[in-house]
Amino acid sequence: MAFASKSPWVIHYDGSSCNGCDIEVLATLCPGFDGERFGVINTGNPKHADIFLVTGSVNEQNIGVVREIYEQMLEPKVVVACGICACSGGVFHDCYNVIGGVDKAIPVDVYAPGCAVRPEQLIDAIVAGVAKLDEKSAAMKAAKKGA
Amino acid sequence: MIEMTLLTTLIGTLLFALVAPVVGCLLAGLDRIISARMQGRVGPPLLQPYYDVRKLFEKERASVNAVERVYVGAALLFAVLAGGIFFSGGNLLLCVFVITLSSLFFIMAAYSTRSPYAEVGAARETLQVMSYEPMVLLMAVAFFQVTGSFDVAAAFGLTHPAVCTIGLVFLGVLFILTIKLRKSPFDLALSHHAHQEIVRGVTTEMSGPTLGMVEIMHWCENVLFMGWIGLFFVWGGPLSLIAALIAVVVVYFLEIWIDNNFARVKWQFMFKSAWLVALVAGGVNIAVLAFL
Ligand code: SF4
Repeated sequence: MAFASKSPWVIHYDGSSCNGCDIEVLATLCPGFDGERFGVINTGNPKHADIFLVTGSVNEQNIGVVREIYEQMLEPKVVVACGICACSGGVFHDCYNVIGGVDKAIPVDVYAPGCAVRPEQLIDAIVAGVAKLDEKSAAMKAAKKGA
Repeated sequence: MIEMTLLTTLIGTLLFALVAPVVGCLLAGLDRIISARMQGRVGPPLLQPYYDVRKLFEKERASVNAVERVYVGAALLFAVLAGGIFFSGGNLLLCVFVITLSSLFFIMAAYSTRSPYAEVGAARETLQVMSYEPMVLLMAVAFFQVTGSFDVAAAFGLTHPAVCTIGLVFLGVLFILTIKLRKSPFDLALSHHAHQEIVRGVTTEMSGPTLGMVEIMHWCENVLFMGWIGLFFVWGGPLSLIAALIAVVVVYFLEIWIDNNFARVKWQFMFKSAWLVALVAGGVNIAVLAFL
């Protein structure tokens, strides 16, 4: 049995979001929705986090930061693109400095579109991400046994 | 005689290593549920701390250097040893020193990473040790005055609970207990809540299994500190353990309440108030006992 899904710790990074999605992400972690019921904790430290919640699109300024945070996270890890900006660039997609969605920088596992993304949808996305975490954790174990 | 003491300490340490993580884990789970209820939330399942640690041990192993995990392992080992010494009725003073040694290893683990965030945490942890240590030492001295021995087991030979004669010392220990349990307002080095932390304080660079060991160490520490609280309430009578248990439950609930109702203070306040409490509560109580 994998325990990854029982304690998904998240880290939240605001790429170039208009702040709409950030407010929703934080609202999801607030007492009203009580993410801790499922073991969700907001860590603020990539080395402790399992799920990376990115809001906003990737641009020339933040692509390095997004990659750095992703690389500091330990396997198994999952990336959730929160909001349509993080999925594809959204309304900002043809801005001169915008490269596109988060998947232009790092591999994204779950896409949660919406403008802004609703807490209910975010919870759904985190649940989907948690399933992926379990898969990755099982794969890691199998690889360890094989090695 | 010495072999006997060594043997009991060894057996005590082994038992503590088996029992304390279980008790500490359940205590941490209860803590989180009660905290959540105080905040109007449902809270995590009781075994959430266990799930967290199991997950941490499943994570990829990575470390910024080779010694960090060794230091954390030493900190855990000494925390268990301190618990073993205490619960096998051994020397209270030794127990105090060994648990301080454990804290020092933990601080060194943070410093060894050379991360500026971990160093901020380590510096604050050092301040915390400096703040609570006088009161802890005075506690050992006060017990010596009451029982005539530094041995924990001597408390069971008393005709009435120690808290009757060293009540002020008990209040002082209650004050610094908040620091030792890493609870707000004194959770300067390592908060359980990310939103009030500089990245993650002492554990910034600790990840995966290393962080799991840190969690287990905290469980063991908490059980030991609750043992200290219980020690104030035991005597030779048959109900003494029950009285101690009730006292421990009440005190832990009080700590959770404090944690949820007070914002973090600055280190200057923590340091000054802790020393003031140690000098007034501990000093007065010990002086009264010495001169009466
Ligand atoms: S998806 Fe909408 S709310 Fe979210 S960052 Fe983009 S524009 Fe703002």
